[in-house]
Amino acid sequence: MAWVWFHRFGSPPHFYRLAKRLTPWFGWSALLLCVAGLIGGLVLAPPDFRQGDGFRIIYVHAPDAWLSEMVYVTMAVSAAVGLIWRMNVGHAVAAGCATIGASFTVVALATGMLWGRPMWGTYWEWDPRLTSELLLLFLYLGYMGLRSGFDDVGRADRASAVLAIVGVVNVPIIHYSVVWWNSLHQAASVMKLGRPNMPASMLVPLLMMLAGFMCYFFTLLLIRARGEILLRERTAHWIAAVLGTAPEDPPEYGGPSPEHPASRGPLPPSSLAHRV
Amino acid sequence: MRPENGETSVGDIQTRQSLAGAAMAVMQRDLRLALRRSGDTLQPLGFFVVVTTLFPLALDPQLSLLRDIAPAALWVGALLSSLLALDLLFREDAQDGTLEQLALCGVPFAGLLVAKTAVHWLMTGLPLVLVAPLAATALGAPIAAVPGIIAALLLGTVALSLIGAVGAGLTMGMKRNGSLLALLVLPLVAPVLIFGARATALAIAGESVAAPLYLLGAMAVLAATLTPWAVAAAVRIGLE
Amino acid sequence: MNELTADNLHLWRGEQHVLRGISFHLAGGQCLQVTGPNGAGKTTLLRALCGLVPLETGVVRWCGRDVAADLIAYHSQIDYLAHDNGLKADLSAAENLRFAARLRGRLQPDEISAALARTGITDASEVLLRRLSAGQRRRVALARLLLTGGALWVLDEPGANLDQRGQALLSELIEAHLAGGGSAVVATHHDLQLPPTQLLSLALQ
Repeated sequence: MAWVWFHRFGSPPHFYRLAKRLTPWFGWSALLLCVAGLIGGLVLAPPDFRQGDGFRIIYVHAPDAWLSEMVYVTMAVSAAVGLIWRMNVGHAVAAGCATIGASFTVVALATGMLWGRPMWGTYWEWDPRLTSELLLLFLYLGYMGLRSGFDDVGRADRASAVLAIVGVVNVPIIHYSVVWWNSLHQAASVMKLGRPNMPASMLVPLLMMLAGFMCYFFTLLLIRARGEILLRERTAHWIAAVLGTAPEDPPEYGGPSPEHPASRGPLPPSSLAHRV
Repeated sequence: MRPENGETSVGDIQTRQSLAGAAMAVMQRDLRLALRRSGDTLQPLGFFVVVTTLFPLALDPQLSLLRDIAPAALWVGALLSSLLALDLLFREDAQDGTLEQLALCGVPFAGLLVAKTAVHWLMTGLPLVLVAPLAATALGAPIAAVPGIIAALLLGTVALSLIGAVGAGLTMGMKRNGSLLALLVLPLVAPVLIFGARATALAIAGESVAAPLYLLGAMAVLAATLTPWAVAAAVRIGLE
Repeated sequence: MNELTADNLHLWRGEQHVLRGISFHLAGGQCLQVTGPNGAGKTTLLRALCGLVPLETGVVRWCGRDVAADLIAYHSQIDYLAHDNGLKADLSAAENLRFAARLRGRLQPDEISAALARTGITDASEVLLRRLSAGQRRRVALARLLLTGGALWVLDEPGANLDQRGQALLSELIEAHLAGGGSAVVATHHDLQLPPTQLLSLALQ
């Protein structure tokens, strides 16, 4: 039963329609949650006894940092699904995640630096959180660079899927190495606010911001994934029904091509094991 | 010449070559080729020596000061020279068509690629490990630090070669542009750099290097276990 | 036996629909000649038959079995000669052949010299390949084919760079292979001079 659901979800026209329907829901939820979270965090929460009002940037920094890692995992998982089951939807989602994740990472770094300035006196200290974020940014840039190096979308999808899978295995290792490295050198980190001890008035807005950012990510992802699917399914006939136009003739070969087989949905797991 | 009557008939399980035999053949051939073009093969080593020499030139050449930056200089030099060497791994075989012959020879491809990577490490990583003590002493490291430095670089270069092979496979078909390879590989090998430099620093200070060495060893083993799949997948995509 | 069937093969390269529903049935002892203008997809088809390029849809069957089910077993029975020779320029002809034979576990030293003699490279067998002419290198590639060739030969423009005698040699080799029960898929412009019972044609647009 779950398998049937999986196959339907992986069928591009079905996914396209579902994505279109869900986007406004996520969009509005994101807006409401973020507004509520910001009011709670910026206005209602009491100032921290050590950092005063400076800590409030956590309401933007922490969700960005957390999401930059979550997006990478999402990217890797959907790329793996696309690679193993040969589903265009998986690859489309992974392609959509890349820029979003990189942007979250950049904002996390920027807000981290802004937070650090009043605390450390400098914009940059090699604290474990920021250093991990920096390495994560390089992973994203590498992924995007690899994609752009291939002309054929299919090959770009498969190659970047391999990279994402290797990267996602590596991310915990990188994270713990950096934490360990940092602990040797005694660089002070003031980014922790002792989360278990955080009072509810500080914690609740933070969780709302987190949820709001997640909804924001899904909104952006669904929009981008729809665009990526259109790109990969250009010659399929279901596009005509959706857009109300004729399917694009494949260039140079004249005449309509038969329905793109990928629009029939995922194939059984490829003989990946046999190919290696 | 092989008589074909009856010997290639349907469904016969022909005696297929074993992976070990084919891997040995690949390793012998690659070693012979590397020795024949020793100029190309030794270039990354020369690069390593030059880079580690640049550090004292850029700083005050007092040995006590150099000793502090010795781990960094050695490992950054090793990293950069490995990246340079990775270009040799697949590119030429891809261009003259021998790589796809390996993919088609009826033996698991991942095994043959690991064999190629092993020879590549022997010709580029191992020389680096052997030359590193000289560079280290030039940077002020005591002789007693040499075993620790060698052990760390041994494990580190193995991990570097394996992870770098994935990057080399992914960028195989692209224009000769080292910067994408660096961008792909360097973040993935950051842990190796961290622990390797730490081991070297401990060795120079005369303390026990066991802890970072264990972690380096674990990383090398993890790389050996997981990267063969990724290298084979990457190279197959590059051969399409 | 030694039959190759292709069933409705479709392949896209980027946005180009290169292979559109290719189907054929090749029996043992037959040769499929693939023709078509440049860029029509001959090389792509041959590589897809070898399993180097993934097919979007369609099944390739060798001896009745889907090749995707056990690609390694399939590979041990085929031999692919591409545009490039698949040989190392820094090794001699004899060294290249020795490697190719060992790779497939078929090392018989006298077979190597026999293969070289058949393709006319005996006196150049110890010279590095980079010092031989393009035609001579192609002959060494043919010698490799003789040495390690399995039941199915997949040849992409095998006659490239060969002189007239080389072309004749190529035809002889293919005929001998077919006579022994093997099959071949050959992409070529040249006339293969085979009797109609042995020759199938596939023209790509």
